[in-house]
Amino acid sequence: MGLMEKFFGISWGIHPEDHKRPAADAATRVMPMPERLYISLAQHLGAPALPTALVGQKVKKGELLAKPQGVVSAAIHAPTSGVIAAIGEIPAPHPSGLPVLAVTLAADGEDAWSETLQACDDPFALEPDEISRRVAAAGVVGMGGATFPSALKLSSSRKAGVTTLIMNGGECEPYLSCDDRLMRDEAAAIVDGIRLMLHATGAKLAIVGIENNKPEAIHAMQTAAAPFGDVRVRPVPARYPVGSEKQLVQTLTGKEIPAGALPAEVGVVVHNVGTAKAVHEVVRLGRPLVSRMLTVNGGLVKTPGNVVAPLGALVEEVLAFAGGLAAAPARLIMGGPMMGMSLPHARVPVVKGTSGILALSGAEVADHREESCIRCGHCARACPMGLLPLEMARHIQGDDLKGAVKLGLKDCIACGCCAYVCQSHIPLVQYFAHAKGTLAAEDRARLRADAAKKLVTARNARLAAEAREKAEVAARRKAEREAAAAAKAAVAAAAETATEAGAAA
Amino acid sequence: MTTDYLAARAFASPHAHGGGEIRRTMLLVLAALTPATLFGFWLYGWSAFFLWLMTLSSALFFEFMSLRLMGQKDARRTLGDGSALLTGWLLAMTLPPWAPWWVAVLGALIAIVIGKQVFGGLGQNLFNPAMVARVALLISFPLQLTAWVTPLPLTTLPAPDFIAALHITLGQTPLPDAMTSASLLGYAKTELARGIGLAQALNAGHAPPLSWLGVRAGSLGESSALLILAGGIFLLIARVIRWQAPAGVLAGALIPALIAHALAPETYLAASTHLFSGALMLGAFFIATDYVTSPITGAGQLVFGLGVGLLTWIIRTLGGYPEGVAFAILFMNALTPMIDRYLKPRILGRTWSGRPLGTTTTGKGA
Repeated sequence: MGLMEKFFGISWGIHPEDHKRPAADAATRVMPMPERLYISLAQHLGAPALPTALVGQKVKKGELLAKPQGVVSAAIHAPTSGVIAAIGEIPAPHPSGLPVLAVTLAADGEDAWSETLQACDDPFALEPDEISRRVAAAGVVGMGGATFPSALKLSSSRKAGVTTLIMNGGECEPYLSCDDRLMRDEAAAIVDGIRLMLHATGAKLAIVGIENNKPEAIHAMQTAAAPFGDVRVRPVPARYPVGSEKQLVQTLTGKEIPAGALPAEVGVVVHNVGTAKAVHEVVRLGRPLVSRMLTVNGGLVKTPGNVVAPLGALVEEVLAFAGGLAAAPARLIMGGPMMGMSLPHARVPVVKGTSGILALSGAEVADHREESCIRCGHCARACPMGLLPLEMARHIQGDDLKGAVKLGLKDCIACGCCAYVCQSHIPLVQYFAHAKGTLAAEDRARLRADAAKKLVTARNARLAAEAREKAEVAARRKAEREAAAAAKAAVAAAAETATEAGAAA
Repeated sequence: MTTDYLAARAFASPHAHGGGEIRRTMLLVLAALTPATLFGFWLYGWSAFFLWLMTLSSALFFEFMSLRLMGQKDARRTLGDGSALLTGWLLAMTLPPWAPWWVAVLGALIAIVIGKQVFGGLGQNLFNPAMVARVALLISFPLQLTAWVTPLPLTTLPAPDFIAALHITLGQTPLPDAMTSASLLGYAKTELARGIGLAQALNAGHAPPLSWLGVRAGSLGESSALLILAGGIFLLIARVIRWQAPAGVLAGALIPALIAHALAPETYLAASTHLFSGALMLGAFFIATDYVTSPITGAGQLVFGLGVGLLTWIIRTLGGYPEGVAFAILFMNALTPMIDRYLKPRILGRTWSGRPLGTTTTGKGA
């Protein structure tokens, strides 16, 4: 079918200017501990964590601050030692700037690790499920930005019988180089983490996909993986979004994940290389996820590079540590320029999914007026999912969300390729996000209505049953009463008869 | 320390853009048209230039007026996207070079107002505006629209000078019969209708020449097929257009022409004649590739092109008109929504019919 795909013009993706260097080549800097950390309780996909620490409590680095709530959730730990100053709302690292519940930690400057951490010298002797359990307890989430709790993926992969572990070192987002830097600096730790994940998932082979624009990272990883036959490093052609799950799996294995299914359906599971590093730290050293590598980049950053920052550090502190900005940015982004979020201001904290902080100049984000679609079809050719963004947007503009769903709205991965190539500067991703949000709200409303309907039906049934029972009881009583009366009458009649008979005798 | 930043609003991702602009695309197409147009000026003299100027300025005028009437505040900005300029230019390319001024004005009016703005402006029209105008003019004014002038290159003596050319464009000088001639396609059609075989007709000496360089009677900008081809290749390299539609048009016309000519050379023109005459080359590279009125997918564009080519050959061969590119384009424009409906790309993870890939039939459709 390869020819067919070519014939139908399937050459997905875009080749944006990557802006990765010089940031990627600069040595990693470790940020000193700020005086206060603002640790969000919603740093992961799923339900926010439930705080277990109390205000005024002294905590050590790595101690539990909040426990997972529900199935999809993650634990949160203290990024340094200190005193809990407050538990309350702070502005969320989200375009809306809406409040999010957070633990405010006043650092004591000692940065002392908790003594109760559980290190392990021979983790391969552990049961696979024990590794998943420890990863869950350490609050590890997908470090690529999706922040799905990693332990869930490890344990469910084992149950699903996954055979191949795909390690995502693609990092196809422009500007970002935190995974690149991590692979160059910590290749051995990453490979160890990958082998632990193989153990935990029961997969036989790990394939590390790295974009071929990172030769240093490829070399470092190949060297580190050389002694292990079950970890293979494979360069993949650099194009955006090759680091997206479905695209990476297809590029590395040739397998296509069916729509609406998990990668386990084709026997694979995908994890980010940063997650492997976190797994290594958790299992070998017992250290939970309390800091991360992130890229500070953009035209206005004076000294772009990669920074290891504690979770909860404010963006403005990270920027200041990285050398400050040349001018006020036109846009401040958390994540990459393709899928990252614009920040309301710089006083929001770093979270587990913060892969980068970008301060972009006006020239870099060139804001344009939306013009009419001229049907050039560039969006359709760029779409890695084979969708027709222009047609979907047309339906959404006409408020025909069902029509957009029919065209594949739910398959859209919001990668932004369509809007990137759009000559008319139509904010296609925004249309799709709007439609998905509206549909989700409709779904919720329908669920609520269904639940209410069920309650009402149940209540009516209950009332009817009660009324019926009451009526039955009443009827029975009446019958009993009548029977008693009849019996009484019969007895009286019999007595009378007897008296009469006696009299006659 | 300049991290004092407060976002004016929430910005939607992506925050980067590839730099493509409608204006840039339009300018590239105009640039690709330039060599063939300049050749047309040289070939047909000042009158051709005046006609071109008249068509373009009228197109801009009508676009501006339409935008103003529709209440668009910054009409001048929209005018700058170059789309009206391109429509006017394409229309001018298809007009007889010595046509009077009112043909240009009326053509621009039909193209811009009826062909485009009535549908809602840029991107909304179903039919190619230049072709709508071209066909409307041809049907309404067959005489003026088929008065093909014999090439009188600017450098030759009998070419009308600046003032004389102005008189021609203003319609004050009737075209002398001696200066007009039929196009090759028209001549062949007439001779065939008279019952004269092609071999005899084309050998008779007074047949219009088939000129690879384009020195022949014809429309302002359609004469030099080679220069148009060069412009088309430029657009292909610049990735403004894709190969499917032009290849479809050329193949759609050439394949039946080759077969028919091989079977009956007396009745059917040679493939090379079809290729280098009339509007086929312009249609293939500049009209069938119009974004707005052609299908989105490569497969759709190929089907569209094949349809245009085949219909062109059918109309040229069997129809009443010697030339059929404009009709063929309009016909296929009407089919574009249907082509788009059926020839969609396959969604990743789904079958062609849109169902999720079944795990039991892995590999099927992959």
